[in-house]
Amino acid sequence: MDFKTGHELLSLCEQNNDSISNIMRQREISLTNATLEEINARMNKAFIIMQNSVHLPLTEPVKSIGGLIGGEAAKLRETRRKGKSICGTILSKSITYAMAVLEVNASMGLIVAAPTAGSSGVVPGLLLALQEEYSLADENLINGLFTAGAIGYLIMKNATVAGAEGGCQAEVGAASAMAAAAATEMMGGTPRQCMHAATTAIMNLLGLVCDPVAGLVECPCQSRNAIGVTNALTCAEIALSGIEQFISFDEMLETMYRIGKRIPAELRETALGGCATTPSGCEKACGIFGGCQ
Amino acid sequence: MAFISVFDVIGPNMVGPSSSHTAGAVSIALLAKKMIPGNIVKAEFVLFGSFSKTYRGHGTDRALLGGIMGFGTDDLRIKNSYELAKQAGIEFSFATNEIELDIHPNTVDIQLTNEESFSLKIRGESLGGGKVRIVRINNVEVDFTGEYSTLIVIQNDRPGVVAHITKCLADSNVNIAFMKLFREDKGAIAYSIVESDEKIPTSVIKEIRSIPNVHETMLVQI
Repeated sequence: MDFKTGHELLSLCEQNNDSISNIMRQREISLTNATLEEINARMNKAFIIMQNSVHLPLTEPVKSIGGLIGGEAAKLRETRRKGKSICGTILSKSITYAMAVLEVNASMGLIVAAPTAGSSGVVPGLLLALQEEYSLADENLINGLFTAGAIGYLIMKNATVAGAEGGCQAEVGAASAMAAAAATEMMGGTPRQCMHAATTAIMNLLGLVCDPVAGLVECPCQSRNAIGVTNALTCAEIALSGIEQFISFDEMLETMYRIGKRIPAELRETALGGCATTPSGCEKACGIFGGCQ
Repeated sequence: MAFISVFDVIGPNMVGPSSSHTAGAVSIALLAKKMIPGNIVKAEFVLFGSFSKTYRGHGTDRALLGGIMGFGTDDLRIKNSYELAKQAGIEFSFATNEIELDIHPNTVDIQLTNEESFSLKIRGESLGGGKVRIVRINNVEVDFTGEYSTLIVIQNDRPGVVAHITKCLADSNVNIAFMKLFREDKGAIAYSIVESDEKIPTSVIKEIRSIPNVHETMLVQI
């Protein structure tokens, strides 16, 4: 059993009256030699790594290799604990966790690429915040990860998740779409609503460039993960309210891919444009490697 | 494009910061390690393209060293691999090549030497998302990913050698997923690369090596 487009995925869900997560599980089982128990156990392992990576920097902040980030998650939590968050609990937690994962990643800690290391904060950030806020069972969150996997697979297959190829829209944009669909399913949405949430998430981030200062996965990657998670939460709420997109998910992928190709090379992970070449960005880069390009 | 698993999307589980520059580097070096028997005493790395420019900030050097010590992408020891390699008595060096540009941007050459002074040089490419492939062994262009159990046979380019290899595999009930043949020059040294979904039994190696036209075999299990 396989599907190659969002349209095919949705048809399978509706024919079988089943969720995206279960269809993705069936695909994995039918195309590999793995059993249901094995794939659930493997996803559970990813879930445990995700839990550790969202919580670790709250108590043990570490400086990144390049020294551009470190300690942000603890500051965000402090703001919330003092009752000074202006985002409200769910959003405050989501951005705290998303930025925490990027801290772990940038200090050579253990993370789960989802779909990439540079965008690895978005999916765990939203899913774990939702789990805490709405007391969701672990099984529900594991379902969310399979749904996120289904959306990410379609983006990898029909577009790209590489910043070097498609800009940040392909990394944080993809992660945001994955998280939006997962959140929609976890909060009781239909497969169709999940696809609308993913479509809206990509649409909102179309054209986002990849311009890392000093070529490192630190700035602006960390705060882009925060916007990825915010966008995902917003898009899930829009979809769960019954608001639909008239542009299909498959069309959105095609346009995202085309836009990616037209983003100049300077703004596709080469550190030759955008934030990377601002005077302050250049100054930081010189400080890190002792040599300026 | 090859099969995309849900764990290619939610994964790999990895030490940061970059799937291509860190996790991919671990995987290439780990493949190289599996291709050479015995203990590694020397490792020389040459980094090309983006690897050569950003390897320090992405921990590519530490990742490569970790890989040749047998660490996986999710092994936290990678962060300390310089110290661990020194403790293990491995002599290592990193060089950059910024002249050769007509190659994949994330490319590394790895030359490994074992305690018996046997040396092997491979070229690997990190393709993104942790996916990698080996594109050169010694001076021969090859192509495999290590996602399947892989048997590499270094042989004379003579009639009947490939038939011998496939017969040995058939006798051991190994189903071939992919098989590719590469060679230096006509009548010179050739490389057969066989990929299988299942483990390839080590007993088949002895059979394959039983004819004089086969020089060397390497087995990289999944």
